[in-house]
Amino acid sequence: MKNDEPQLIQPRVIQRYTANERSNHWITAITFVLLALSGLAMFHPAMFWLSALFGGGQWTRILHPFVGVVMFVSFMILALRFWHHNYLDAADVQWLKQMDDVLNNREDKLPEIGRYNAGQKLLFFVMVVCLVLLLLSGIVIWRRYFSLYFPITLIRVASVVHAATAFVLIVGIVVHIYAALWVKGSIRAMTRGYVTWGWARKHHPRWFRESIK
Amino acid sequence: MALQSLDIRRQSATTTPPPGVREPVTGAVAKLIDVTKCIGCKACQTACMEWNDLRDEVGINTGVYDNPRDLTEHSWTVMRYTEYENPNGNLEWLIRKDGCMHCEDPGCLKACPSPGAIVQYTNGIVDFHEENCIGCGYCITGCPFNIPRLSKQDHRVYKCTLCSDRVAVGQEPACVKTCPTGAIVFGTKEDMKQHAAERIVDLKERGFDKAGLYDPPGVGGTHVMYVLHHADQPSLYHGLPENPRISPLVRLWKGVAKPLALAGIALAAVAGFFHYTRVGPNEVSAEDEQAARDEARRIRGEPEERDDEKR
Repeated sequence: MKNDEPQLIQPRVIQRYTANERSNHWITAITFVLLALSGLAMFHPAMFWLSALFGGGQWTRILHPFVGVVMFVSFMILALRFWHHNYLDAADVQWLKQMDDVLNNREDKLPEIGRYNAGQKLLFFVMVVCLVLLLLSGIVIWRRYFSLYFPITLIRVASVVHAATAFVLIVGIVVHIYAALWVKGSIRAMTRGYVTWGWARKHHPRWFRESIK
Repeated sequence: MALQSLDIRRQSATTTPPPGVREPVTGAVAKLIDVTKCIGCKACQTACMEWNDLRDEVGINTGVYDNPRDLTEHSWTVMRYTEYENPNGNLEWLIRKDGCMHCEDPGCLKACPSPGAIVQYTNGIVDFHEENCIGCGYCITGCPFNIPRLSKQDHRVYKCTLCSDRVAVGQEPACVKTCPTGAIVFGTKEDMKQHAAERIVDLKERGFDKAGLYDPPGVGGTHVMYVLHHADQPSLYHGLPENPRISPLVRLWKGVAKPLALAGIALAAVAGFFHYTRVGPNEVSAEDEQAARDEARRIRGEPEERDDEKR
C-alpha cells in the first residue's frame, strides 16, 4: 500500500459470503473439530487423552454421534447453498494440470477461475461423499440405538468405512485450513464476509468480473 | 474382575508393555468343557449367577430348553441345546455351555479403544475392567464368538471373567466347582489338553471316531476348550464357528490403519508448514488492488476513479 494516499487506495470490497452462509460454515466447522477430536480419541490409543476434553470416555462416546448428526445437517444445508457454484468445467481440468503453478503462487499463468477453483470444487464433492458415508456408517455403529438392527459383518464394514472416510475428511480439512492460511485474505471472507477487489481479481477473475458489473 | 496389576500380558488401547512381571510358572490356565459328559442341568449357570451376584430378568419360555434365550449382561454363560439327527437316523442331544472362550488372540481386546478396559492376564484369562469401559461396543464388533453384552443400564460390556477373582486365589471357576458330572474341569492348559486327549481316546473307542478337541488355532487357541463328539463339525453345536479368527476387517481397522492414518494426518499438516516456509503466503499487493480498480472502471465504463466510492 502507498502510505501517502491512504484514502485513495482504500481497497474496494465484494461480499463473498452472507451472514447466514458464514454462520452455517462455522457451525459445520466447530462440529467438525469436536468430531475429529472425539473420533481420534476412539481411533488411536495415542489420541485417547483427547477424551478428557469431552468429560471422559463415556461422554466422548455419548456425544460424538449426536454432534455428528448436527454436522451432517449443517453441512448438507451448506452443500445445497454452494452446490451450483461447484460444477467442474474444462478450465478446471487445465487448472489441475498446472498444479505446479498453483503451488508456487503463479496464478497469472492459470486459466480464468470463477467463484471457486478446481481444488475447492473437488474438495467440495469429496466432503459431500465423506459426509454421506460417515452418516450411513455412523448409524450402523451407533450401538445405543441402531447396531442391533444390523448383522455383525455390516457393522465391521461400517467401522472400517467410518474410519477411512473420517481420515479422508480430516486430511481434506487440513488442506482446506492450510489453503485459507496460505492465500491471504481468504479467512476474512469467512469471518467478515467480504474480499477486496484485488483479491477477487487475483484469485477468481471470472467471478470478479461478474460481481463488479 | 480382579485387579492383578502385575500379571498383565496385554492391555487394550495400550502401545507400551503392561506390567507383567508375574508369570505363572506352570503356564497358562484353561477350562475344558467336555460336551460329551454334559447332562444340561444348568448348575453351571446357577453357580455363575451365585458367585458373581447376577440375577437376570425372568424371561419367557420360548419352547426350547435354552433359558435364558441368549447371553446377556447378567447371564455370562448359557446352555445351548441342539437336537441333531445323525446319519444313522438317531437323535443326538448336543448341549454346549456357551460363554467367553478367552482367546489367546482376543478380538475384543484388539478392537477396544479405551486403555485398560480389557486386559489379558499372564495366565491367559481375558477380563473386562468395566470402570474403564466407554460403552462403544467395539469389543462386540471384534469378538469372533459373539460374546460381550452391552448393559442398557450402565452402558458397559460384560462377559465371563473365567472367575479371575477365584483363580487369582487358587480356586477353580464357580461353574467348574459345581458341575455334577465332571464335564467342566480346570487346570493348566497343558494338563487340560492331556485330559482331553484321554477323553478323546475313550470317545473314539465308543464309536465317536471324529471326536476331538476344540482349541481353534485361528485365534491362537483358547483358554476355554471343548471336547466334541463331532469335532469335524463344530457348527452342529449351536453354530460354534468352524474356524474363528479376528475378522480381517477388524484387523485392518484396529491394526495397520491406526498408525498409517495418524501419520497421514500429521504429514498433511507438516507438508503445509513446509510449503508456507518455502513458497510463502499468497498475498494481494497494492498493484493488484490498483489493477482491479482499473479493470472495474473499464467494465463499468466509468471515466475516472472516485475517491469516495466504496462498495
